[in-house]
Amino acid sequence: MPVQTRGEVVSVRRAGAYSVLTVTAPGVPELTRPGHFAALAIGDLETSSLLLRRAFSINGVQSRGIYGGTIDLVIADVGQGTHWLLQRRRGDAVDIVAPLGRPFALPREPVSCTLVGGGYGSAPLFMLAEQLRERGCRVDVVLGASTEQRLFGVLEAKRSATTVTITTEDGSAGERGRVTDHLDVVMERAGAEVVYACGPMGMLAAVSEIAASRGAYSQCAVEESMACGIGVCMSCVLPVMGDDGVTRMVRSCVEGPVFRGERVRWDEIGTIPPDTLGAPSHVGGH
Amino acid sequence: MTRAVVRYDTGGDRPAPNVDMTASLSTFEMPSPILTASGCAASGRELDQFFDITRLGAIVTKSIMLEPRSGRATPRIAETPSGMLNSIGLQGPGVHAFIEHDLAWLHERGARVIVSIAGGATQEFEDIAKILRLQEGIDAIEVNISCPNVADRGQVFACRADSAAGVVASVRRSSDPSIPVFAKLSPDVTDLATIAMACERAGADGLTLINTTLGVVIDTDTMRPALAGVTGGLSGPAIRPIAVRCIWQVREVLPDIPILGVGGVRSGRDALELILAGASAVSVGTTVFRDPAAPMRIHDELAVALADRGFSRLADAVSYAHRDPDGEVEVDEDPEVPEWL
Repeated sequence: MPVQTRGEVVSVRRAGAYSVLTVTAPGVPELTRPGHFAALAIGDLETSSLLLRRAFSINGVQSRGIYGGTIDLVIADVGQGTHWLLQRRRGDAVDIVAPLGRPFALPREPVSCTLVGGGYGSAPLFMLAEQLRERGCRVDVVLGASTEQRLFGVLEAKRSATTVTITTEDGSAGERGRVTDHLDVVMERAGAEVVYACGPMGMLAAVSEIAASRGAYSQCAVEESMACGIGVCMSCVLPVMGDDGVTRMVRSCVEGPVFRGERVRWDEIGTIPPDTLGAPSHVGGH
Repeated sequence: MTRAVVRYDTGGDRPAPNVDMTASLSTFEMPSPILTASGCAASGRELDQFFDITRLGAIVTKSIMLEPRSGRATPRIAETPSGMLNSIGLQGPGVHAFIEHDLAWLHERGARVIVSIAGGATQEFEDIAKILRLQEGIDAIEVNISCPNVADRGQVFACRADSAAGVVASVRRSSDPSIPVFAKLSPDVTDLATIAMACERAGADGLTLINTTLGVVIDTDTMRPALAGVTGGLSGPAIRPIAVRCIWQVREVLPDIPILGVGGVRSGRDALELILAGASAVSVGTTVFRDPAAPMRIHDELAVALADRGFSRLADAVSYAHRDPDGEVEVDEDPEVPEWL
C-alpha cells in the first residue's frame, strides 16, 4: 500500500555520471522491498508546467536516524524533470508516492543468485543482495555500462557479493564488452539458479535468454516510461504472457516493474503482438 | 487501510466552510460535485489507496467496449507544457470482465459510478447499453463518442450532429430509463452548439464537456512523432480555457441541460471556473496523475472558494458567469436550430 507524502531533501550527492537524492519519506522505509520504486512530482502543484511524475527505483532506505525515515534514489540528469530534482537543496520539499510496484520475489531456499545491473539500473540490486545474503543465498554481481562514469554501485557490490564482475563497452573499467558477454561464465562458476536483472530492455532480453538457456529462473525489473506510477494512466504497458498462456498489454507500474524474464515478449515491446488479447484485427491498429 | 495524509491544507485554521456541496447531474444526486474523469482513474481501485472514493461525486470509469481491447503500441504518452498528449487507444477488458471485476468491486465498495462506454459502431454502443441495463450499481452512463485515439479519428461520432445524435438515441433507448445518459463531446468541431443541441434532441440527459483535443508531438532527437499512434489527445491545464469556452457556448444555447465539466482542473479555483461557465459538476482528470489525492483536495478548496464569494450552495454558482449586468441569469429563449434537426 503506497503512501503519498511531502518529503524533505536531506542531500544530493554525485556518484559518477549520476546523483543520489536522499529525501525524507515517513512511513516508506518500513514498507519498501527490493525492486519497489518511488514516483516524484516535479515543481509546485499550482504553478509547475511539468505534470507527470518521474519514477525511480529505490536504492536504499533508512528507517531511523536523525531524519526519521529516508529513501535514496539514483537520478540521471536527462531532462527538465530530473534536472529540477537535482537542483533541490537540503530542506526543499518534494512530493513522493512510494513504495510502488511489485518487488523482486525472493527464493525460499538458500540458492545461488546472480544479480545483473546495467548503468544505474543497478540501483535496487544492493538492497536485494543484502536480503538474499540474510537468507543464506550466494550472491554474485555483474555490473556493466558504456563507460566507467556510468557504472553505479561498484563499491556497494563489493561489500555484499561473493564475486563482482565489471564490464564497460569502452574498456575504461573491468572487462571490455557487455554484461551478457560474461553472464554465462559467472552463472556457471556460481552454480546460479536465479538471475535478478535491472537495466535497459535490450540487456534484460539478453539476460532472460541466457537464464532460460541455463534452466535458471529470471526476475527482470523493466525501465518503462510512466506518467502516474499508480496504475491509472495505462501508458507504461508491455506485452507479457500470463499463467494462462495469453499475452496481455500489462502495466509495468503495478503488474511490474519486476517480471519473470521468460514471460515478457522482449522483441515485441513497442508493438502489439498480433496474438495479444484484444489486438486489432485490421491493419493500422486501434 | 492506510492512506496518504492530506498535505494541502485548504482553509488554514478556519473551520470547514458551511457550503451545501450537493450536486446533481439530471436525476443523479451526489454529495460532492467532484468526480474522476474517464480514462484517468481506471475503475477506482487504485485511487482508493489515496482517498476514500465513496466521498467523490462519482467514479467515471475508463471507457468500456464490448470486447477486450489491447489499445495502441507504446510510446503512448508525451509531456507537453502544462499538459500531456496520450494515445492509449481505449485499452480495456471488455464489458463482461468489467462487470465481473470492476463494477462488482465498485458496488461492494459503495462508490457512486458513472460507466463510460465506447464503440466502433452505433450497434456496439447499443449492445453495451443493453448488457449494462441488467446490472445494479450504475448511477449514470457516459457515452464516449469523442475519443480521438481511434484509427478513423476523422470520423468520430461527435464530429457530426447526425452521427452523435444517432448513438445517443440508441443508447438512451437501450438503457434503464431511470438512469441519466450523458454524451461526451469533442472540442475539435466547427460548431459545438449544433452538435450539443442534436444530442439533447436525441434524448441525452446531459453533456460531458470536453474530451481531449487532438495534437502531435515530434521528438526532435529522433525527428519522428513521439507517440506510436502519431496523434494523441491533449489534456491538462493547457486545455482548461478550451473546456471553459465549450461549456460557455453550450450553456448559452441550452440553458437547462446538465453539464459535467472536464478539462485541466487542478485546484478548487479551476473547478469553480468551469462551474461558473455552466458545469453542474466537475471531473478531475490528468491532475490525478500528478496528485492522486487531488479530487478530495479540490472538493475542499472549492468549498472555501464558494464561501469566500458568498455562496452558501454550490448549485447557486452554476452558470453564474452568464448573469446579465443586473444579476439575472441571461437565457437565450429561442436558439436558432437548423431545420433538419
